[in-house]
Formats: sequence, C-alpha cells, structure tokens
Amino acid sequence: MENGKPRVAVFKFSSCSGCQLAILNLEDELLDLVGAVEIVYFLEARRLPESRPYDITFVEGSVTTQEEVERIIKIREDSGLLISIGSCATAGGVQALKNYKDVNHLIDIVYEHPEFIETLEKSTPISEHVKVDVELWGCPVDKYQILEAVSALLQNRRPNLPEHSLCLECKALGRVCVTVASGIPCLGPITKAGCGAICPSVGRGCYGCFGPSKDMDLDAFIPILRETTSSPKEAVELLRTICGYTPEFEKAAQMILEEEVANE
Amino acid sequence: MSRSIKVDAIARLEGEGGLIINVKDGKPVEIKLDIYEPPRFFEGFLEGRSYKDVPDITARICGICPVPHQTSATTAIEKAFGIDIPESMYILRKILFLAEFVESHVLHVFMLQAPDLTGHDSVISLAGDAPDKVKAALRMKKIGNEVMKTIGGRSIHPVNLKIGGFYSWTDKQALMDLIPDLEWGLEAITEESRWAATLPFPDFEVDYEYVAVHNKNEYGVVEGDIISSRIGIITEEEFEQNYLEKHVSHSNALHSYNSEDQPYMVGPLARYNLNYAQLGDKAKALAEELGIVPPLNNPFKGLLARAIETLEAFDQIIKLIKAYDPQGSSMVEYEVKAGRGSSATEAPRGLLYHRYTINEDGDVVNAKIVPPTAQNLARMESDLWQLTPQVLQKEHEEATLDCEHLVRSYDPCLSCATHFLKLDIEEIE
Repeated sequence: MENGKPRVAVFKFSSCSGCQLAILNLEDELLDLVGAVEIVYFLEARRLPESRPYDITFVEGSVTTQEEVERIIKIREDSGLLISIGSCATAGGVQALKNYKDVNHLIDIVYEHPEFIETLEKSTPISEHVKVDVELWGCPVDKYQILEAVSALLQNRRPNLPEHSLCLECKALGRVCVTVASGIPCLGPITKAGCGAICPSVGRGCYGCFGPSKDMDLDAFIPILRETTSSPKEAVELLRTICGYTPEFEKAAQMILEEEVANE
Repeated sequence: MSRSIKVDAIARLEGEGGLIINVKDGKPVEIKLDIYEPPRFFEGFLEGRSYKDVPDITARICGICPVPHQTSATTAIEKAFGIDIPESMYILRKILFLAEFVESHVLHVFMLQAPDLTGHDSVISLAGDAPDKVKAALRMKKIGNEVMKTIGGRSIHPVNLKIGGFYSWTDKQALMDLIPDLEWGLEAITEESRWAATLPFPDFEVDYEYVAVHNKNEYGVVEGDIISSRIGIITEEEFEQNYLEKHVSHSNALHSYNSEDQPYMVGPLARYNLNYAQLGDKAKALAEELGIVPPLNNPFKGLLARAIETLEAFDQIIKLIKAYDPQGSSMVEYEVKAGRGSSATEAPRGLLYHRYTINEDGDVVNAKIVPPTAQNLARMESDLWQLTPQVLQKEHEEATLDCEHLVRSYDPCLSCATHFLKLDIEEIE
C-alpha cells in the first residue's frame, strides 16, 4: 500500500486489448478510480517500469506461449489478489479455437516461415496455471464489474458478481425469448448473465461470451439447441465461439457430437 | 563508440512490443521493432467455419477496432454472395464506423500521444495539469462509445452487424437523443484542435508513399477503391498484387512492401493527404484556420490529422443520423453460394484488408487479413533509421523518448498485427 492506497497492476497476455480498453472506457469513473488506487503498472496507459509487488493485479488474455507460462507464475508471486478479466483470461478465449486444430497446420496456413513461430498447442485460461482470486467474465469484460471488484476489495468484501443464467437477465429486461418466439438458437440458458442481454435485445441468440452459468441443465438444453440449429456443426460451432474451451461448453459440444455418431 | 537505445516494453500502445536501436560511431547499425504479441492464428481457425461467424470472430482480432474488422469481413462476404445493401443500412454501418473513429482517435490523441508532447507519462498525470482538457476528452470518447452502444449493444465487440444487414434496426429516436452530445463534441474537438496545433511537434519530414481507401462519393472509410500517392487509384484485387506481406528472415516481423520493395504508409496522414478535398466544410475551414493542410509529411502530426478527422466524424454522424430512415426488414434476402470477395476499410490506424473464399455450403475455405499495422511496420522502421541520427546528440532518456514517440505516433495496434510475427529473433541471426 502507498498512502493507504492499494498498488494496482494491469498485465496483458494473448488477447485483443479490449478488456484493458474497457478500463479506459470507464470515462465517468476513471479519474476517481485512479485517485482511489495507485496504478503502478498499466502499459497501455502509462509509461512506468514494473514496480513489484502489487496488491491487486488484473490479468487480460490467455496463455498461449511458454514465455507466458513462466510470466504468469512470476506475476502470481508478486501479487496479493489476482483478478483475471475477460473470457480469454477466464476461458482461453477465441484463440482457444486453435485447441481443436492441429497447431502445425495453423502455423503453415498463416506463416511463410513456420520455423520462426513459437506457440503452445493450446490456449488456456490463467486459472489453469496459477491460483486466481476473482474471475470477471465476458468478451469484453463488463466495465462495471471491474469497478465493482475494485470497490469490493477497497471495502474488504467479496465482489457481487452474477452467477445465474442470461435468461433471468433477459426476462428482467422484458425481452421476448428469441428461441421461443422465433426458433433462434441461443446459449442464454447456459450462459452467465452480465452483458445486459444485448444479443437477444437485437433479436439474435446469445453466443456465450460470458461463459457457463452456475446451474445448468444440459439434458434439457441440448435437445432445444439441436432443434433450433440446422446441423450438429452449427450447434457445436455456436458453443465453440468464445468460451468453447470451458468444461461445461465442451461437455455440451461432446454430447452433440456423440449424438451425431449414435445416429449414424 | 557504441551505444544502444533499448525499450523493453513501449507504453501507451495497443498491444505490446519493444524497440532496440544499436548505434556505432554516431550511426544506427541495427533497428528492430520487437513485437512479442503471441500469434493467435485467426485465418487458421476461420477455415471450415460458417461465413455467419466471421464478423464476430474477426472482431476479436482487436478490441480497439472491432468495427472495421466486422465491416471488412461483412462487406467481403457480401461481395462473394453478390449482396447489395440499401442506403439506410449503409448509413447505419457508417454511423457505427465513424463512432469508433471518435472513440479510437480521442483515445490516441489525448491518452496515448498527447503525454509525449506535454511532458507527461500518462493521461493520469496530464489530468493533474489540465483536468478540464482530460475531462473533455473523456466525454468525447464516451459519446463515440454511446453511439456504438446504441447501435451495437456495446462498444467493444458490438453484436448487431451481420451478413446482409443488421439483426435489427436501431431506433432512430435513440440516435436523435444523442445529437446534443454530438454537437457538444463538435465544438469540443474544434477547441481542442486549436490547442493541439500549438503542441511542440518534433521537426521531422519524410517523403512517403501514402496508401488509403478512396471512395468517389465521400471521404472514404467504409468502402471504396484504393488510392496510392505513387500509382493512383487501383481496385482491391490489384491491391493484393501490388502490396505484399513478406515473412522476412532478417527481422522479427513480416513487413509489407510495395511492388518496388519500398515501404509505404497507411493511416490518418495517408487518408488526409490523399482525400483532403472530400472532407466537409467544417473540417476544411478549421484545417485552413490552423494551417493543417496537405502536404502534411510529419508522422508526429498524424495527431493533427486525427483531430480534424474526429471533427469530421462528429459532423458526419450528426448528418447521417438525421438522414437515417429505417424501412422494412433490417436484412436483405440472399443466397449462400461459393465465391470469393474482398473488402478494404479504413480502421482508425489505417487500411484494413480482408479477403475470403467461401464454398457452396457457406463455409470459409480460406481467409486473408492484412491489418494496418502490418503495413506500417516496415515504414516505422525506415522512419527510425532517418530519425535516430537526428536525436543522438540528445540525452539518452530524451533520445529514447523521441524514438518511442515516433512509434506511438503511428498508433500501431500490435494485437492486430500479431498474425504475421515471428517471435524469437536471436536464433536465426
């Protein structure tokens, strides 16, 4: 602590920078936020050398290289509380789509000189490597959940974060159910709330970017998903968009794939 | 005598990278922009995916410019299917697109580059000196984000754009309600541009080849042909033949070169110098008042082009919202068929090119994505070769800052650029 203010650091791993931008998008709160804490490392915003240790560390991005494996272990050692922000950090993110493909084939497609490329076979969440104290899901993370996490920690309480499914949030907002009314495939019943039900609000199905909700009934959900999708491929791809590498969404995808094999 | 300018991690960029300049006897002998963002293989995992998923997946290439990625992807696939969209859809796409210009440009001008010109390490310390200026910047940025949120549900990775149109029309009144804020933004950026014009930009000019989107009807951002200061107007297809990405072994990054093996520049200075005549009256009047008129060949002054483009974006958004007249379905009917399509848009930091081949089932056969930073990297390194001898007599810290500032002035997006990187340079020397 400096002047009683927690020392805060923000680190980036494999990601699009969008969750760090979500912090900078706290336009109304940013100046108060930086007054309440000491930002000691935030490369996207500030030209300061690393200054260990940290009371609160935010980590954006997933682990995709050996260097990142080693770096996250070091950051964990230097951190009091470690908060992973966004679905790359909590679930492996969109780049976990490579987890279903042969990594050498991917390198060949994209790079002229594959011998220069170093990458791990899988994109993995931070929690697969070190202990994570709080996970803020979303692609991108909801900026008010970041604010809630910091406020809670300043008040020495657990942050109040939604665990229930998107369906509740959708109902609370008075949205018409896209699956019931229009037969549109939607991951809402198995996805964590927190985005404001933005996809059903524009008439499309949820694609699961806030990750799996706490209590889900896959046996009830999978038949509905199959009924509303034109092919098993479509259903599996919907699950494997942003949070496909989570055990719950992967289990759902496997159920569909097994059913397809059984039907053949 | 040897010395090195080394920055392990350059701050205030989108994504992460370092810079190494080795100097011998007063001359640079080695310059490396060492970009260590890990590769994420987007083109690879798009293979075999349904065309429908492409806009949502490619948005995730970049949290700062998801809309140009979504727009390039959507337009390219629409071309492959032969889809034409009606005017109101084009208007809504353009509002969404320009709103991201506001957000991204204001972020860069005030939070990323202005600290270099005012002696601050960040916008946080700049806020200590000039709180009103930073508050105005944050409010402008917020207005850009609010417009995106109104159309797309959220400003980062918005969810409403789709092949053939939008999932739903945005309520006109919800956009009209933002007009007072947008009008305030127009005034605010006018005032802040006057301030920006007084900043102490380093004296540095380069003879660039500029390349940008060119649309005969408007200041091109959402779609058009491609224009170069060297070879004039070309089609998107000709672009791929004339401007190549190379995965070269002498450097840590794949660079883009023109067909004569020379680097070229994309971004606000390219658009500004090539398409200035198509700016609106308000933008041109302010540019002339402040003497910010082409030719503008100082890369540090990209900030001024961004400021004028921000004004243009506010002005255009207001007009487009008034003209927006949603009628009928928010998506056009189309047939999925095998084909190939490409599209160039202007991301805030420069020309972004997507090309897709789709099979008869609607699955992606292959994808090619050329982000602006990939194209500017070779240019940035060339600039550093020219700049380094000029700054060597300065104190080490100041010389380092000047070199970092040059890199920052390009507003590089290293998250976007990663797909073409090689990571471990030492082993191949």
